[in-house]
Amino acid sequence: MAPSSTISARPTSGARAFLQRLASGDEIARLVTAAFAGCILLATVGVIWELWVNSTLARHKFGLSLLTSSDWDAVAGQFGALPFIYGTVVTSLVALLIAVPVGLGAAIFLAELAPAKISSTFTFFIELLAAVPSVIYGVLAIFTLVPLMRDYVEPALKKTLGFLPIFSGTILGVGYLTAGVILALMVLPFIISISREALLEVPTEQREAALALGCTRWESTWQVVVPYARLGIFGSIFLGLARALGETMCVTMVIGNDPSIHTSLFAPGYTIAAILANEFSEATGDLYLHSLVALGLILFLLTIVINAMARLLIIATTRRGSGHP
Amino acid sequence: MRKSNMWLGALAAGAILLAAAEAKTLINAAGATFPYPIYGKWFEEYGKKNIDVQINYQSIGSGGGIRQLTEGTVDFGASDMPMTDEQIGKVKVKPLHFPTVLGGLVPTYNLPGVTQDLKFTPEALAGIYLGKIKKWNDPALKGTNPGVNLPDTDIIVVHRSDGSGTTFVFTDYLSKVSGEWKKDVGANTSVKWPTGVGQKGNEFVAGFVKQTPNSIGYVELIYAVQNKMGYGAMKNAAGVFLKADFDSVTEAAAGAAKSMPDDFRVSITNAPGKKAYPISSFTWLLIPSKIDDAAKKKAITEFLHWMLADGQKYAAGLGYAPLPKEVVAKELKAISLIQ
Repeated sequence: MAPSSTISARPTSGARAFLQRLASGDEIARLVTAAFAGCILLATVGVIWELWVNSTLARHKFGLSLLTSSDWDAVAGQFGALPFIYGTVVTSLVALLIAVPVGLGAAIFLAELAPAKISSTFTFFIELLAAVPSVIYGVLAIFTLVPLMRDYVEPALKKTLGFLPIFSGTILGVGYLTAGVILALMVLPFIISISREALLEVPTEQREAALALGCTRWESTWQVVVPYARLGIFGSIFLGLARALGETMCVTMVIGNDPSIHTSLFAPGYTIAAILANEFSEATGDLYLHSLVALGLILFLLTIVINAMARLLIIATTRRGSGHP
Repeated sequence: MRKSNMWLGALAAGAILLAAAEAKTLINAAGATFPYPIYGKWFEEYGKKNIDVQINYQSIGSGGGIRQLTEGTVDFGASDMPMTDEQIGKVKVKPLHFPTVLGGLVPTYNLPGVTQDLKFTPEALAGIYLGKIKKWNDPALKGTNPGVNLPDTDIIVVHRSDGSGTTFVFTDYLSKVSGEWKKDVGANTSVKWPTGVGQKGNEFVAGFVKQTPNSIGYVELIYAVQNKMGYGAMKNAAGVFLKADFDSVTEAAAGAAKSMPDDFRVSITNAPGKKAYPISSFTWLLIPSKIDDAAKKKAITEFLHWMLADGQKYAAGLGYAPLPKEVVAKELKAISLIQ
């Protein structure tokens, strides 16, 4: 190494300098890693290109009404994506409403309050949970969760909160709420394990300082440690959200697959990923296929919009914050 | 000397193996999922008898099978619904339809406290799926089921959520028996359902009906039998109430055979005949009418002959109704059309 570095210190022509850097290995490493990073960009651009080109017919025929129409009729050749967008957003929101408080609570307990032994045992189980394939969750949902929701949870909600339109109507056991619950279960491991990591990385001095100022253990955790780790926590939530938005098999099995918009969370609905899984393999006719691909494009855009909103939220809270990362 | 002999022997054996591998005719096919269990069995059994032929079948769905055939990525396709003229026009080499086996769809339900088999008229079934008949004790159901204690509960309608040949057969039947269905919904692999909950695949429709009281769904006969679920008798075109079984399904094809077009593209739902079960259907292999590769042509035509004779014996054991002899005779003639 030493000789080459002394050589490169001498003034040389550009090409020669490049060759020398190449010989020293740094340049190779830079090129190879840059090529790998480029692959990601290429794949993303490739996906967008494919989705764009293969949805041409649907985009030209329906235009913006693809986004606003709720008529999905393969026989009549009418395709509107609104019920699917609605179902995707609603089920993901329900999932986050359940998973964020539970996940954050569990992460705080495991990182801050639990004895080390319990924490590591729990973490092991949570990581196991994250590795369970989605179709297993689906089978579990259809044979265990659906009867549970139909016979106990939904009747109880209807009895107590039935005056709210979201908890009214016929109880089927499948629908937005059940899909949201199973999605919450699926994103929980992500939220817990990443939030826990973020909390563990908060320097001990932060806690000590808070305690020295007379904070209780909980005050130190909630007012100092959690805000310090908020970037990691937000990251975990958005990773969970991304999974919820695109989750396919398991949702297909419990959402009821009804392409219309209902206010009630008990009613059957549909998500973008679910209809792609359901109809793509048997779709015949170009317009039908292009409309399905257009749905894929919409899901892609939906993810981008939500990610952008997430970024804005992080920027806003970081500015407001006390100067931590 | 000995050693070199051994080497020669090994070389010769290797050469023979290579030659055998080279002579093996590989045929790729793709399509319908409904007949996959029997196709898998057929291709395996046929491969055992003819070691120089190997047929690979991907059960990716009828639509996928038609798409792959159109793009020329498979040697033949398979579908639960006949191809339309438009679809045929897009394939470079015109495909021929060969019916392989038959399937029957049954209305299956979960009614706590009802032990008798229910009887459905076409009007009642269409009414339920149109969302017009909402309660189990509707007069349309009470009328044909005297003495059955039908409850005053909402009917939970279950249908397939995935595009499928099964849905095509079911909606094709409803379109034939109900003008309103034909006008408002129509027939396709997936339709805009006026009511109900969608579940993926026969297995999950059966599973959901089984665990949901007061629900009704439609599944292939074999799924109702395997899951020990109650299923109803349907009133056929001749006015007779029949429960689906292999005989009544085969009979539907026999009844339709007389008026069957030469290309076998025919729906046999609501077929005439007192013994014909009304929600029956063929499933087809889609074979190109011209196969350039002589070895492949030989393998495919010989397979078709075997399928129409020995192959049919596997049908009943796997839950499919075998073809009636009228149709077999007609297909044997059609094989000669492959050039």
